Amino acid sequence: MPENPIPAQALISEPDRQAISEPLASSLERRSFGLVIGMLGMVAAILLLAPTVIVVITSFTSGYSLKFPPPGYSARWYEALWSDSPELVDAFLLSAELAALATALSVVLSVAAALALARRKEGWARGLEALFLSPLMLPTLAIGLSLLMLFNLAEAGLSFTTLVIGHVAIISPYIVRTTSANLLQMNASLLESAHSLGASAVYVFRTVTLPLISRGILAGAFIGFMASFDNVAVSLFLSDARSQVLPIRMWQMIESNLDVRAAAVSGVLITVTLIMMIVMERVAGISKHLR
Amino acid sequence: MKTQSVAPRSGSPLALSVPLGIFFVGFVFVPMLLLAYVSLFEDMEMTRHGFSQYVKFLSDGFNLGILGSTLLLGLKVSILCTLLGFPLAYLYVQIPGRWQGPLMLLIVLPLLTSSVVRTFAWVVILGRQGIVNTAMANLGWIQEPVKLLYTPGAVAVALAQIELPLMVLPLITALMNCDRNLRDASLALGAGHWRTFWKITVPLSMPGLLAGGLLVFASSVSAFVTQTLVGGGQQIFMPYYMYQQAIQANNYPFAAAIAMLLLVCVLAVVVTVNALGRRNSGFVHA
Repeated sequence: MPENPIPAQALISEPDRQAISEPLASSLERRSFGLVIGMLGMVAAILLLAPTVIVVITSFTSGYSLKFPPPGYSARWYEALWSDSPELVDAFLLSAELAALATALSVVLSVAAALALARRKEGWARGLEALFLSPLMLPTLAIGLSLLMLFNLAEAGLSFTTLVIGHVAIISPYIVRTTSANLLQMNASLLESAHSLGASAVYVFRTVTLPLISRGILAGAFIGFMASFDNVAVSLFLSDARSQVLPIRMWQMIESNLDVRAAAVSGVLITVTLIMMIVMERVAGISKHLR
Repeated sequence: MKTQSVAPRSGSPLALSVPLGIFFVGFVFVPMLLLAYVSLFEDMEMTRHGFSQYVKFLSDGFNLGILGSTLLLGLKVSILCTLLGFPLAYLYVQIPGRWQGPLMLLIVLPLLTSSVVRTFAWVVILGRQGIVNTAMANLGWIQEPVKLLYTPGAVAVALAQIELPLMVLPLITALMNCDRNLRDASLALGAGHWRTFWKITVPLSMPGLLAGGLLVFASSVSAFVTQTLVGGGQQIFMPYYMYQQAIQANNYPFAAAIAMLLLVCVLAVVVTVNALGRRNSGFVHA
């Protein structure tokens, strides 16, 4: 036990030896540490969860304001969302379509790039990969603004296409990262033995590489999809008047009149995220790829 | 030899990285150069070259105040995230395995939940009829609702909560990579839990702390949604200022200069912290 370190006492300085000879002080020391770390950790855990819970409870209010606790409970705002908010339903569908398209394109481009680069040690390969990951660190609003300037210069009007391009630039890094990490964990001798047994490159990719990295690709695609669905900074600059994505609509709703429907939309998004998250944790072990 | 040309170690031809490479050159690299180029025009019509946009920004107290408060916000959020994130990561590593799954879900779920939703949660919490004001009124501490939303403290706290997972995840990885024996040895030699924490655990988890700190800093200085919704119209940060100058004022050169300055500041912090981390890791292994 750490509390009884007899053989090491010769190495310990005088004040510490006093601390050891006083079991009460040492147990107090241990308990104060456990208490402080435990309390702060619990506060952090509660802080992580509380806002989500509060939003979900608020979304079931029967009142017209975002009062918490609500004066009464009902599902009226969810009904309002479903029955007379076509603009929000449209925005939701547009965001889902945009995120799906951007994710599909990003997966093709990023998985190919990761396959080419992940296992190379050369400086230029590392540099290229760092370039592909750079949008993660750059302020996304600056990326949006720079792309707007490019499209203005090229006299290409803003459209759904420009929006997709912006989103691919933002979410590709996630897929490059998870796929590369997965490729690095892969045992190279599996590939070599497949090659030496005469399998063609395409056959090896289909039967060995792809099954081994599918979890990394799936995790990256999921994270990328959510990042695209949530993006405001790039959409703000690149969407045309007709393409109103959901996060921007919500941003406007919250900024202008604090519509209670924003709480109902949040409730829907939280539920969908939670379900997808649990499924993806089972299928792809998503939390491992986020670290 | 034939096999050399197809990179025998990876089995994947280099050509596979070309499509994404072209995309990045066209839609990330060139636009960034264009951004830098546009920032070097003196007038809104973009006819004369010069550094006047930067001079204009850096010689004006109002503009410098915005830059300062943005960087200060990033620093405050990083410190708050460290204070809360370290104990949480430590707790995660210590608790029994069957509790780790649910706790990980708790940490990751907010990260994947829309940041607009998470920001909206803080608007509800800090509002005049929000839970904080209700609780304080019920306890008799206040007579009338206090203004919590649209204050500098509110932005920092809300962002710290929103970015907390970005700090906790690298820290968990770093703590898991720490050799447990070092801590046990320190305790067995009588260093006590606090001293072991400061002298062993914290230095050994420095790579995770720096990585998490950078992620938190970079995302909080450019967190447009939270800054505008929780900060309100009276506090302006760099991202909104850039948006306003570009879209509302149509002053692209000035907006580009704002973007470049924010970019340079973020990169400077990243480079400095990375250099610090390299020196630090040398110290730990020595």
